[in-house]
Amino acid sequence: MNRSITIKRFWLIIFLVGISALIGLPKNLPIKFNIGPWKFDQKISSPEIDWKLGPWKFSRNLDIKKGLDLSGGTQLVLQAKMDQIPEADRAVALESAQTVISRRIDLYGVSETLIQTSRSGGNYRMIVELPGVTDTEKAKQLIGQTAKLEFKEPDPTTVIDGKATGSAAVYQEIFSMKLTDLTGQDLKKAEVKFDQKSGEPVVGLIFTPEGQKKFAEITRRNVGRKVGIFLDEMPITVPVVQTPILDGQAIISGGFTTEAAKQLVVNLNAGALPVDLEVVSQTQIGATLGVDSVSKSIKAGLVGLSIVALFMIVVYRKLGLIADIALVIYGLITLAVYKLVPITLSLPGIAGFLLSIGMATDANILIFERTKEELRKGLKLSAAVELGFGRAWDSIKDANATTLLTAFILYNPFDWSFLNTSGMVRGFALTLTIGIIISLFTGIFVSRTLIRLFYVK
Amino acid sequence: MKKINFIKYIPLYFVISGVVIGVGLFSLIKWGLRPAVDFVGGTLVEIKIIPNDSLPIAEENIRASLSMDGIEADRIQSAGDGWMIRTKNEEEDVQKRIVDSLSTSLGEAKVVRLESVGPTLGKELLKKTVMAIILASVGILLYVAYRFGGSKYGICADIAMLHDSLVLIGSFALFGHLWGIEVDTLFVTAVLTILSFSVHDTIVVYDRIRESLRRYPKENYEEIVNRATNETLGRSINNSLTIIFMLLALTVLGGQTIKPFALALLVGTVTGTYSSTFTAAPLLVIWNRIEKLKRRK
Repeated sequence: MNRSITIKRFWLIIFLVGISALIGLPKNLPIKFNIGPWKFDQKISSPEIDWKLGPWKFSRNLDIKKGLDLSGGTQLVLQAKMDQIPEADRAVALESAQTVISRRIDLYGVSETLIQTSRSGGNYRMIVELPGVTDTEKAKQLIGQTAKLEFKEPDPTTVIDGKATGSAAVYQEIFSMKLTDLTGQDLKKAEVKFDQKSGEPVVGLIFTPEGQKKFAEITRRNVGRKVGIFLDEMPITVPVVQTPILDGQAIISGGFTTEAAKQLVVNLNAGALPVDLEVVSQTQIGATLGVDSVSKSIKAGLVGLSIVALFMIVVYRKLGLIADIALVIYGLITLAVYKLVPITLSLPGIAGFLLSIGMATDANILIFERTKEELRKGLKLSAAVELGFGRAWDSIKDANATTLLTAFILYNPFDWSFLNTSGMVRGFALTLTIGIIISLFTGIFVSRTLIRLFYVK
Repeated sequence: MKKINFIKYIPLYFVISGVVIGVGLFSLIKWGLRPAVDFVGGTLVEIKIIPNDSLPIAEENIRASLSMDGIEADRIQSAGDGWMIRTKNEEEDVQKRIVDSLSTSLGEAKVVRLESVGPTLGKELLKKTVMAIILASVGILLYVAYRFGGSKYGICADIAMLHDSLVLIGSFALFGHLWGIEVDTLFVTAVLTILSFSVHDTIVVYDRIRESLRRYPKENYEEIVNRATNETLGRSINNSLTIIFMLLALTVLGGQTIKPFALALLVGTVTGTYSSTFTAAPLLVIWNRIEKLKRRK
């Protein structure tokens, strides 16, 4: 092999290690030491990434994302009762319920919540993760409530205080409205439409026959006045009635962007297609348990890693040392990838990572054993090493293919509904897959370059 | 390196496998696996109790207190410095009732971990799990058959794979009986991972046999298998040892929740290593002998 290529590869590896180390650094690493009269006191921290390239944005704050089992918190799996809702509207109804819940949680002040919807057979589900929340009762109260949509009209008996101006006046006007008998139950559906003349997005409301009557009454009473639509006691829109609407089909216009129109439709549908949610599974992890799990996993990882490193040196001497260096590089790159993707690390994910460390040496062992064999046959060192790498590749390829296949099934990337979509299992499959791919790189490319450069010469 | 005559001891390997699998199957039939709440539904609460010195905190007292308040505990087990309580009950307020009950009779109770699953979800998960196992085994079977272009290697590798899953499932039936270890979604994940591991090692041995067959076409088949096994034994063991070191560390030092998972992977790795040398390779020899017998007839 051409030595200059090997040296180029070596620099590439150094470059990769440098980048990975920079990314992999803890958020703030204070370094303080004194050398004679020089004092060194500085904080080293990993950079924040915030790139923009045309329409593409890429920003990472480079924290390791911790799953619920490591950070503590509550996970609820909710099943939506959909028997009252027409089949065609079920997906919309679930989406609306999701929006309502995410707003309630935001108001409650929980950060980094995760709300996913999933469909499994005929079951519509929602998975809600609330990091840091251990009061499940409170969480269930927040989430389990069915959304309430109400229409309100100006109350002629309240006297609007003429002194208030600007937003205060608007506020007063809206919150002094009184309830009408029209509710979400009378609304069949809301949808985004486009105005035929201007092409602007508008929101269309379709009422039930019952709602048609009630709405006709309300609009007749309030021509030229505002009517408020409230979801969970919060106003979502306050349109002005232009003319009485008797046919049960209203249009709310007013310079919406498509995005804003969609948002309003989702909110309206939350009331029109109210979904009862039932808790089918709940998991709660105390914060101390999470911290405990992290520290134990780190300890287990360090102990395991040391034993593996020692073992490699004892059995393969210098080659083992090189494999260990490759292993450290493996660790650095993996950490950087975890932060970049970013991967939410859970306990099974950590297990997958530790397992992949064990497997990362696997390729090296196959190669070294093969090299030893060729040496025994009387080959020269350089030839034996090259043959070792060449011949071991076949086995390495096959051996990892089956593990990747299993990881694929476990991860279920296409969300096939006949397979599991459990977060825990996915976490394991993902870290295992990433581990295998990176370990092939470090086990073969990195260690081969290092061996050519420092061992064979 | 001294060459060991592997072929000679084939009956011994089968006896060892037979005994291990036999014990496992016995446990499986007698006691069965202990399904965790995620498969059958129910509630698992891990609780820490700060004693108020009225009653010692012991299993009987916890059980008595709970049953006074109408909660039937299936299992009460001490776990680290807390207690694990499992009940079939999966009503939404069950953990609150448990906490209230224990706080009144034993001392302030706090939930460390809670897992509660409704029965429908459990059944569905079970179905999906079976599906995943079928998919993975068929996939691996097809891959091995394709790579080795013949039923002989494919089938033998699969028998070795079956051997490993039996050992793993059987030993967890035994562990479940002895230490109350439960089988959950992660256990299934471990089984699937082990299926691929098992083949992983077997492929290394088979690859070498194939290579030797090409290089020494005149040599006796059993001699070739014997040499291939000898040649690959060292790396097979070293390979697995590094994985075993990591898993052992995780099993011994890892957190309570991850231990059973690490243990399952550990048992699987050990049997996977054993089976590639002592099951998969001997099976080829047996297959070859049967073929010869047939030809002679």
